[in-house]
Amino acid sequence: MSAIESSAGFPVLTALVLLPVAAALALQLAPTDRWASRLALGAMVAELIIAIGVLLGFRPELAQTQFAERVEWIPTVGAVYHVGVDGLSVLFVPLTALVAILALVSSWRAVRFHPRGFLASLLLLEATAVGIFVSLDLLLFFLFWEAMLVPTYALIRIWGVGPERQVAAGKYAMYMLVGSAPMLVAIALLGINAGNAAMGGYTFDLPTLLSTPVPLALQAIVFFAFAFSFAVKSPLFPFHSWLPGALLEGPAGVAIFLVGLKLGIYGFLRFAIPLAPDAAREWGWIIAALGVVSLLYGGLVALTQPNLRRLLAFAALAHVGLATLGVFSLDQRGMQGALLLMVNVAISATGLALLAGALHARFGTTELTAFGGLARYAPRLTAAFLVFGLAGIGLPGTSGFPAELLVFIGAFRSLPWLAVIALLGTVLGAAYFLAYFMRAFLGPASSDAVRAVRDLQPREAAAAAVLAIAILAIGAFPGPLVDMTDTSMRALVQRVADGTAGAR
Amino acid sequence: METAVPLVAVAVPLAGAAAITLARGAPRLRDALSVGTAGLQLLVLLTLAPAIFAGGTLEVTLLPFLPQVAIAFRVDALGYLFATTASFLWLLTATYALGYMRAMGENHLARFHVFVALALASTTAVAFSANLVTMYLFYEALTLATYPLVTHHGDAAAATAGRRYLAYHFGTSIAFFLPAIILTYLLAGTFDFMPGGVFPAGAAALPQVVAYVLFLAGIAKAAMVPFHSWLPSAMVAPTPVSALLHAVAVVNAGVFCVLRVMLDVYGQARLAELHLGVGTAVVASLTILLASFYALRMDQLKAVLAYSTIAQLSYMILGVALLVPSGTIGGIVHLAIHSFAKITLFFAVGALLVVSGRTRVSELGGLGPRWPWIMGPFAIGALGIVGIPPTGGFITKWYLVVGSIQAGQLAVFGVLLLSTLLTAFYYLRIVRAAFFSAPSGEKPPPAEHGPLVAEPGKLPLSMQVPLVIAAALSLAFGLYPAFLLHLAGLVAR
Repeated sequence: MSAIESSAGFPVLTALVLLPVAAALALQLAPTDRWASRLALGAMVAELIIAIGVLLGFRPELAQTQFAERVEWIPTVGAVYHVGVDGLSVLFVPLTALVAILALVSSWRAVRFHPRGFLASLLLLEATAVGIFVSLDLLLFFLFWEAMLVPTYALIRIWGVGPERQVAAGKYAMYMLVGSAPMLVAIALLGINAGNAAMGGYTFDLPTLLSTPVPLALQAIVFFAFAFSFAVKSPLFPFHSWLPGALLEGPAGVAIFLVGLKLGIYGFLRFAIPLAPDAAREWGWIIAALGVVSLLYGGLVALTQPNLRRLLAFAALAHVGLATLGVFSLDQRGMQGALLLMVNVAISATGLALLAGALHARFGTTELTAFGGLARYAPRLTAAFLVFGLAGIGLPGTSGFPAELLVFIGAFRSLPWLAVIALLGTVLGAAYFLAYFMRAFLGPASSDAVRAVRDLQPREAAAAAVLAIAILAIGAFPGPLVDMTDTSMRALVQRVADGTAGAR
Repeated sequence: METAVPLVAVAVPLAGAAAITLARGAPRLRDALSVGTAGLQLLVLLTLAPAIFAGGTLEVTLLPFLPQVAIAFRVDALGYLFATTASFLWLLTATYALGYMRAMGENHLARFHVFVALALASTTAVAFSANLVTMYLFYEALTLATYPLVTHHGDAAAATAGRRYLAYHFGTSIAFFLPAIILTYLLAGTFDFMPGGVFPAGAAALPQVVAYVLFLAGIAKAAMVPFHSWLPSAMVAPTPVSALLHAVAVVNAGVFCVLRVMLDVYGQARLAELHLGVGTAVVASLTILLASFYALRMDQLKAVLAYSTIAQLSYMILGVALLVPSGTIGGIVHLAIHSFAKITLFFAVGALLVVSGRTRVSELGGLGPRWPWIMGPFAIGALGIVGIPPTGGFITKWYLVVGSIQAGQLAVFGVLLLSTLLTAFYYLRIVRAAFFSAPSGEKPPPAEHGPLVAEPGKLPLSMQVPLVIAAALSLAFGLYPAFLLHLAGLVAR
């Protein structure tokens, strides 16, 4: 086993993890807060450029992981430092970098209290998220997964905008800690099983674990343990109650991260399904049903929700539900649709969260009663809101449409009854968004504050424009993104069909 | 045949919308652009006529979308008939709107013209769609583009109508149309339209029937019972909007989609095999009779026209559902013939509003002799809808009646007879009120929106000319229907 296997020669994925960390440290030394902000933005932009470079260098026709690096880490417990990307993860590295930039833009110079700590937290959040997407060793993955809690907790508790932020932060931490415990057990069980099979020490290396047969009983434990952890993180009903609080009380930047990156859905695709393929085939429909319940529940609550940020939380719940249905259709198209849906959410829901932050900054609230008739006084904001929202409800022409189309093709193929019920959820989605849009943006102005509102400023408008262009571009040309995931997804479908025995 | 002309036909109104947006500060330029765009699109479409009339189809792929599906256009006789009808009537309406909107003191004219152009671009694209995904894309785009037109006045009534409009269109399209498309794909392995149908010979019957029912329910723009009530409430819009969108572009797009599904997703042979022709005929007949009875009870002129439209749309579907060539031809030519007759009626109703402020049947007394150049064309349009020779409507009726006899559907024959009587009754009631009743003495009520800018008793020329042209063409189609029948024959072949 060589010390380093890097197909690019340069350990670019490690660099992607370390760059934000380095920037978080370096900006403490910046001469002024203004320079610290610039440094953070510079690092994030550099991160995005490198991540796009990885995306361009990625060869979708190859099944194996690319840009891989593998170093012995803690030999006594069998942990290795193993990172790499494949068709499942390659899209999420640049998306994380994009979401991070939006999170920063949303609070640009708005933070007065210890701005350097705020910037460092955002950068660390970015680093851990990238780490989660590139990890190919389960302990390493778990490390990043838990590490993410720290900056998120700090951001909500210290820099939150709501009066109940301490409660919200505590609730968030509680859910995450309890949620991840079963996953640790599952990881340990898998490592022991692989160690027994190899007659050697433990291993947590994903490729090794994938090539080890796992008895069905163990698969069941592993599957449901992972599923629980990911259902809390995603979140799925009934594990969602940390999300509205975090969105309402936390800063806009955290809201953008939480609605933009669906780590739980990624976890299903990366770990839960391939590590317990027989269990996924057997019991996947249970999680899919939970997804459909989330979709309906999220849609119904969103429909009655007068606060935009709470509405976004429940819309996120609904989107996660639909993506879960796509994932557990265990169908090539359905799972590709789920991935595309996550890309769509990362763009459209973050866009809406960005605008919610902008509205909060202007009105001091996101209650519907404060708005009404915004369209005439803030046309740029209105246009952006409409485009993001229409993408969220999957209108043709936006990136949401191919995603939903593929999810439903997969779902109708393998889980037709759930798919029929899920349709109701998409109708609810259109209803809650359009109802909110009409009441907040159309009609006559409701107050002088609305008449005096500032439209999107150049910095905000630029961010919104980038997102809107991405939505329309992906809406017109979703093919390349779908192709990017094709080979990896086919391998995953094959694995579910074969079960672990076939991988022997 | 591969050609980019269909793309140009869709791009012209899009470019027009952009140009009107830029010219919004200059009213004269804006108006000229709006009429000019309509004219230009019609010219572009006319260049396609020789190939289409020779029985050809034109194809162009816009962009690859997903594996196995592209955003692509394919122009055949049915799509061409629909697109050209819409384009021609857009030219008339754009001209008519210049006088109407000024006379009624309407605001937001640039927005109005921009969204009309966007609606026409979507309509044309629906007409030219080569597969279900493309059709769905532009079907939804049409809903969005027409929403600002329905809510043009921005008052409470408009907001209510707008909400209902979106709820009906998005609700049904997401809940029924999209699943029908997905189901079709799962059964047939393709989204493409193919003359004669796409389903493999041995496909199970039940899912095909389910998909068909979903298609009918999902295409609310065709205004079939029970998804029809958005149409009367959308009448709050200014009259040119009602005329163009709710007599021509939007509702015809709905009927067109239904016909496309019947002919090129299922095929008439498959419909017969699954007994879906009869089922469709029942729903269409029900719609025709219900809407006719409603129309009888309406006093608002625009409401009468709206319910009449609902009934007439189902004539087109009924014709094709008879599954015999005569019925199919009758249904398809009615798409064009009804559009011309109905737009004549809307133009006349709008003209009456401008010159007299009257909007109700009961207020029409004495207006016929006083305004012969408004009520005369109205009478021609009404005769056309009823189907009395020598108007175009008679051609439709003839083919539908022959078709119902050929198909052995005596019940349909009865429906045609009864509904013709009802239609005659509720239209001739209006004509009689206008020409043969004593003038109602009371002062006309004020117009609902905006003051009358035109001096009373004078109809702007930009309204009078389109009105007369539309009426004249309604007559002309009855006297010289050959080219319409040729196009419809190409479809029915």
